[in-house]
Amino acid sequence: MPEPVTTAVKTIRIEVLRYRPEQEDAPVWQGYTVPFTDDMSVLQALQHIKDELDGSLSFRWSCRMAICGSCGMMIDGKPALSCQTFLRDLLPGPVRIEALANFPIERDLIVSVDGFVGKLESIKPYLIPKQPRTLAQGEYLQTPAQLEQIEQYSSCINCMLCYAACPQFGLDPGFTGPGVLALLHRYNADSRDGGRDQRMAVLNAEEGVWSCTAVGYCSEVCPKHVDPANAVNQNKVNSAKDYFLRFVSPRGGRP
Amino acid sequence: MVETFKTDVAIVGAGGAGLRAAIAVASAHPTLGVALVSKVYPMRSHTVAAEGGAAAVTQSHDSLEAHFHDTVSGGDWLCEQDVVDFFVAQAREELVQMEHWGCPWSRKPDGHVNVRAFGGMKIERTWFAADKTGFHMLHTLFQTSIKYPSIKRFDEHFCVDLLVDEGRVQGVLAIDIASGGFTLIQAKAVIIATGGAGRVFRENTNGGIVTGDGMALAYRHGVPLRDMEFVQYHPTCMPGTGLLFTEACRGEGGFLLNKDGYRYLQDYGLGPAEPTPRNKAMELGPRDRLSQAFWHEKQKGRTVAGPHGAAVHLDLRHLGEKKLRERLPQIYELAVEYLGVDPARAPIPVLPAVHYTMGGITADGKTAAPLPGLYSVGECSSVGIHGANRLGSNSLTELLVFGKLAGNEAATYASTVAHGGSATLLALAEKARARAVAIAARHDGGERIATLRREMALSMEEGCGIYRSAETMQATCDKIAELKQRYKKVQVDDRSTAWNTEWLLAVELGYLLDVAQAMVHSALQRKESRGSHQRLDGFEQRDDVNHLKHSLAFFNGDDAPRIDYGEVKITHSPPGTRAYGAAGEQADADRKAKESSHA
Repeated sequence: MPEPVTTAVKTIRIEVLRYRPEQEDAPVWQGYTVPFTDDMSVLQALQHIKDELDGSLSFRWSCRMAICGSCGMMIDGKPALSCQTFLRDLLPGPVRIEALANFPIERDLIVSVDGFVGKLESIKPYLIPKQPRTLAQGEYLQTPAQLEQIEQYSSCINCMLCYAACPQFGLDPGFTGPGVLALLHRYNADSRDGGRDQRMAVLNAEEGVWSCTAVGYCSEVCPKHVDPANAVNQNKVNSAKDYFLRFVSPRGGRP
Repeated sequence: MVETFKTDVAIVGAGGAGLRAAIAVASAHPTLGVALVSKVYPMRSHTVAAEGGAAAVTQSHDSLEAHFHDTVSGGDWLCEQDVVDFFVAQAREELVQMEHWGCPWSRKPDGHVNVRAFGGMKIERTWFAADKTGFHMLHTLFQTSIKYPSIKRFDEHFCVDLLVDEGRVQGVLAIDIASGGFTLIQAKAVIIATGGAGRVFRENTNGGIVTGDGMALAYRHGVPLRDMEFVQYHPTCMPGTGLLFTEACRGEGGFLLNKDGYRYLQDYGLGPAEPTPRNKAMELGPRDRLSQAFWHEKQKGRTVAGPHGAAVHLDLRHLGEKKLRERLPQIYELAVEYLGVDPARAPIPVLPAVHYTMGGITADGKTAAPLPGLYSVGECSSVGIHGANRLGSNSLTELLVFGKLAGNEAATYASTVAHGGSATLLALAEKARARAVAIAARHDGGERIATLRREMALSMEEGCGIYRSAETMQATCDKIAELKQRYKKVQVDDRSTAWNTEWLLAVELGYLLDVAQAMVHSALQRKESRGSHQRLDGFEQRDDVNHLKHSLAFFNGDDAPRIDYGEVKITHSPPGTRAYGAAGEQADADRKAKESSHA
């Protein structure tokens, strides 16, 4: 059973890697002393800095409850959501905070998201119905067991922690990457979907599943237990099947 | 320097409502251009945090009439009844549409979509995707929107003004947050879908982005904000942060206990207490009544003392770990990670926190504002379905039903008008840009943004909380007026143009103060108790003779807003007794007997 948290006030040292392109040529560390209680998150420490100590510190955040995916950053060298990481687990400090690894830094703790969103857009991340159905016909039937095939992979909050954890993405920013490949698998594995052939091109491409070197750190850092590594590796099997079946089946491998 | 982008329909806000509107325009009117402007990437929008579900009549023993009646009585008869009729009739088709787009709704063993019980709903009709319904709806809508090439997104673009010329809205001015540059998005119609304003209050369930931007923009251009005094406190939130524990916790059978382990709701006209959930009774009563009961328990000293003040216990233990993991997985994790409480083994301390603004930008039943070319949808809008208290799971459905309607209405309007003169608009945009830049340039005003925001939030909590009185509301009116003056000296330390979030916080604070002012003045002048607006100073009863009216707050610059009133559309449900539990069942029976004797 977890220990209930208490709220006695202490202080902790927070060191942030700052980068303001209009003022600095390269990132520099800046330290702050922040009062904290056991129930305070790293995000709340950053908010304290911005509100009370230094209004110029920039970072993204919104929901505070690990669902909007905005506040991913490197905390003591590990990719994490700042709202879901608690100071009590980082004692005695100092806590070192940097922008998410492997992404271009726009400013301070803010990285460029455009590349990620572009990849997400490229995989047809929407249902391509196997059988058309009118609204008057009501919903498609999907059993709880069929739903379970996609539920985990549909839980990705696009926080990009898995990209910061992925050594392959670090080497090759063109790699489709764990989160987007998991999303691709989410649609391919949906009992209602018939769009797999259209998505195979991305999967089979040089930047698709075959770029993954099966390190598995992506799944370890995922705050939502999506397990992108598993999705990628299932699709290596699918991609391989697709490759071999195209020689024996005129339809490109759909049995 | 202002860049210009010309389109047909501009949508501000890319949460559930904005995305649904964009898809409606793009699918039904593919020749029209759509600019979808949002200060965050669409999937960060606050729809993401909605947990419990979306309502639509689904089961054979349910009826549109029952959903209508639950909604209208839940809203304490301040709903637009013709709009509620439209809403309940369209609801199911929209949820099926979401299913066709891939939304992973939770299922029954036979493969059909499952429904759960929700507060104030007589029959189970709430579709859900575990306890992450808003998350799944938002991602489904965002991902579906990618199919449509006519939707041009302006992600991380912060809207600073509406451009109004020749008596109609003709576009918006937005800051590209990454560069600090300005873009004039010239459009024939504008839909505002910017969500609520819960950050006006201290303890709230809302994300940091929920700052009433669109409400304030429309308000400053003369569009009245309607029914702003009605602010919903959600009864089960996390002490300290206000984070939400969904009503589905109670829909699945959770209990609310006071410090003696007693299900106190039975003392507040919600009983009898039974071991399993009974719809529209006890823990499945409406949110306003449950939050009010908490307040009374606190007065009686029957709450639990905690590090963040008084709380009660949300007890889920009897549901068992397996069911909790399946139906309420996010709640489970929040309790463990944020509070160190395992809900299968210990009750969760909870308290009411601000959750939802029932009021908003005045909209007719078809989402149009009184200002030509302007439409609004979602929490920022007052289209008329929530009245004085929203029922849980009506608002997610609202995003879809009225998102689609707003898209179609705006597209139809945009097809009938021409773009105005670009030179005039550019001149207006330059002026708006200068006003925004002037805020960024206040390096030596001396007033800290966070200080003003904190004083505002505390004062709103004092004056516009669960129970209100003239004295505290007046004090809040005075405080907001003072803060609006001090805001003129608000200081921005950040001197960058790239990602100057401090500047944006300062602009947002201006929006928050205007919305707060509309709320508290509307509240002060409503001399009755109705739904979420409850008074302790001689106006404890509902007064249908004098106050069965919508309040309309008109912006008045530095001065207090002018409060006017509009009629409420009553079609077939005259104001009646609003009762729950056994008393509610009796009242329903009486109402039916009366209706059949008239028939």
